[in-house]
Amino acid sequence: MRFFEYEAREIVKRAGIPVTDFGFTTDAGEARAIAERIGGPVVIKSQVLTGGRMKAGGVQFADTPEEAEAHARDVLALEINGHAPRGVLVDPKAEVAQEYYAGVVWDGIRKQPVMIFSPVGGIDIEQVAEEQPDKVGRRHFSNILPLSEFAAKEVVASTGVTGSALNKLVPIVTKLARLFVAHDMTLAEINPLGRLADGSFVALDAHMDMENEARGRHRALLEDLGVGDEETRQAREATPFELAGEEVDAMDHRGVAGNVTEFDGNLGLVIGAGGGSLTLFDAVRSSGGDPANYCEIGGNPSVRKAAGLAKLVLQKPGVDKIAVMMSIVSNTRVDIVARGVIKACLELGFDPAEKIAIFRIPGAWEDEGYKILDRYGVEYADRSVSLHEAARRAVEKIGAAA
Amino acid sequence: MSILVDATTTFIVQGITGREAVNLTRECLDYGAGAKVVGGVTPGRLGREVHGVPVFDTVAQAVQHHGAPIDGSVVTVPPAFTKDAVFEAIENGIKLIVIVTERIPRRDVAQMVELAQLRGARIIGPNCLGIIVPDVVKMGGIGGPAKDAAKSYAPGPVGVISRSGGMTTEMSSTLTAAGLGQSTAVSIGGDAIIGSSYAELMPLFEADEQTQAIVIYTEPGGRMEAELARWVTENQSRLPIVAFMAGRFMDEMPGMSFGHAGTIVEGKEDTATEKIARLAEAGITVAEEISQIPELIQAKLAERSPA
Amino acid sequence: MRKDATFIGVEVTDAVTGDAALAAKLEEVCPVDIYADAGGQVDIVEENLDECVLCRLCLDASPEGTVRVLKLYEGGAVL
Repeated sequence: MRFFEYEAREIVKRAGIPVTDFGFTTDAGEARAIAERIGGPVVIKSQVLTGGRMKAGGVQFADTPEEAEAHARDVLALEINGHAPRGVLVDPKAEVAQEYYAGVVWDGIRKQPVMIFSPVGGIDIEQVAEEQPDKVGRRHFSNILPLSEFAAKEVVASTGVTGSALNKLVPIVTKLARLFVAHDMTLAEINPLGRLADGSFVALDAHMDMENEARGRHRALLEDLGVGDEETRQAREATPFELAGEEVDAMDHRGVAGNVTEFDGNLGLVIGAGGGSLTLFDAVRSSGGDPANYCEIGGNPSVRKAAGLAKLVLQKPGVDKIAVMMSIVSNTRVDIVARGVIKACLELGFDPAEKIAIFRIPGAWEDEGYKILDRYGVEYADRSVSLHEAARRAVEKIGAAA
Repeated sequence: MSILVDATTTFIVQGITGREAVNLTRECLDYGAGAKVVGGVTPGRLGREVHGVPVFDTVAQAVQHHGAPIDGSVVTVPPAFTKDAVFEAIENGIKLIVIVTERIPRRDVAQMVELAQLRGARIIGPNCLGIIVPDVVKMGGIGGPAKDAAKSYAPGPVGVISRSGGMTTEMSSTLTAAGLGQSTAVSIGGDAIIGSSYAELMPLFEADEQTQAIVIYTEPGGRMEAELARWVTENQSRLPIVAFMAGRFMDEMPGMSFGHAGTIVEGKEDTATEKIARLAEAGITVAEEISQIPELIQAKLAERSPA
Repeated sequence: MRKDATFIGVEVTDAVTGDAALAAKLEEVCPVDIYADAGGQVDIVEENLDECVLCRLCLDASPEGTVRVLKLYEGGAVL
């Protein structure tokens, strides 16, 4: 879960890393008050969870409180990449002598966190790594032993930074590494980390991403920051169709029938699970099909839940037919899913044989499942029909119908 | 032979009284020669039995009851308790831990893996279905009930490594139908950080005489395929590899996760396109469809066998 | 008493529907709540019938022949 900049800065500040005297508001008048309190030139920054805000005009400079109010009004009204801003951050315009970079991420290969530091900040760290690799220091650190400061000292020193800058940077990088681990972040980044004219350091911008699975153990922090449980902060906002999918999945606790993502095609998909649904979605597209949705069935859901998902997909405008396909199941039962999707058709007044383009789920209780499908005349396939072949048949049927 | 487990492997099930764990225990006991499930652990349930397997409060009690070191553990406890359960297993001398549980935060996984490395133990998973040696033994829910697993898996020369549990069975079933059995199939888990990656299992398959080729299932997200490509190149592996890459559609949808927690395109290296390129550079064939895998394997085997 | 849903039907012989012990037992054993103990009377919960997982626990819990589970998709075949 991604944090807004004003939240990320607050997290950084709580970790004891110096930040500017910024303020956050959703109101232009209040932006003016914050600028007055700061007493000097300020920057007004749009608070959106998307890149490119500078280019889009979401960052404005103001010399006076009046100007700050005017800019805040404009920025608050400005949508960036389809995202309405959460508010604006009012920041003193700092006199920066040099911009640095400090970040921490997970390394899935070493299976440890890695701290990254560069004396070249303010730009994308991947670009620095490509153009000036000797200016980027990296160091893994233990996730079991307490983190000692020498690790940060090594990584900062490896980029050629010495003198008082080194000694001031070490505690900042160490604190960032500790907050990364303590808060279950998947990304903790201060960029730029500014050195001011007087030699002190201050975080000028921060990016933080918390692992969704760990949100439960950071309730207090999230509550403090005003992050609601319902805020998923996905790369794109859930559509009403996707929200309806979540409701289906929440009907009971048996298995999964949800994880719906909306697409704009005409072939509805009732597919599962993890790897199988990825394979099937690709297979439909590579056979020239146009999926109406992505979804996942798994963990042996109830008939009710499978029916709920199938109904949702069947009722989506533009959907002609559904394809019910899974890789070989060992936990989810073929007969239960068959009952669910047929029930969905019947309850909506459709003929299952007409609406279900293909049913390809081999595995647990398949014999019982095939009896049900036979009874309703639905075309089914066993394990001798590959996932791709099943997808092709479904796409052909849609083509024939159009 | 096989890798990781064989007919003599003893293991326990942590969280054995849970609904899924009860089924899993039954399946393992029934499959092949019958797994040596020497105990189960659920705190507070000392003295019970699950399908004849004695239940203990602690791993130490299970080890003491067994009277000898125990080789492995299947961990199926809820995410909040998994790290403790795995630490307990490792500190009681268990060397092979299969973690079934999903939705464990990365920090916990990394801690478990780091402790395992310090103690010379190996973790498979989390978010995996375990290991199967066809007709011999299975450790975990892989393949489902014994009679279903018997339909999909058969003994033979192919090692299978997969980030998806279900696709491990789908691919193995396709191989079996084409007359290509498996030496060992390992479901390694779908998370961003896992105990054993492709490259970490390759040396075991390399050393296993029965194994003549490898099939892997992979997805977008992470750098595990690049690591495999590097390993294969640096070690001049004797084993031909065929890969199947799912989730190609995700390349157009950065920042979104589908299927497994570990599948998310965050940078260029994470994309299916980039991974396919890395694998191909290392001489790994990437199949367009699963049904092509058997013939690709046959062709590679024919190429390598002395005429 | 007999109730049918789309895929599954259940019949309980009238002679035992008033058996309080059986009513309690059926409610307890069914994993998908097809049976309810209605004050000592066996009741069939129609909306749960199609959730039946064919586990036979209700058959094992009742005197032989008194409870029948019918697969309506198989011409009413008895489980």
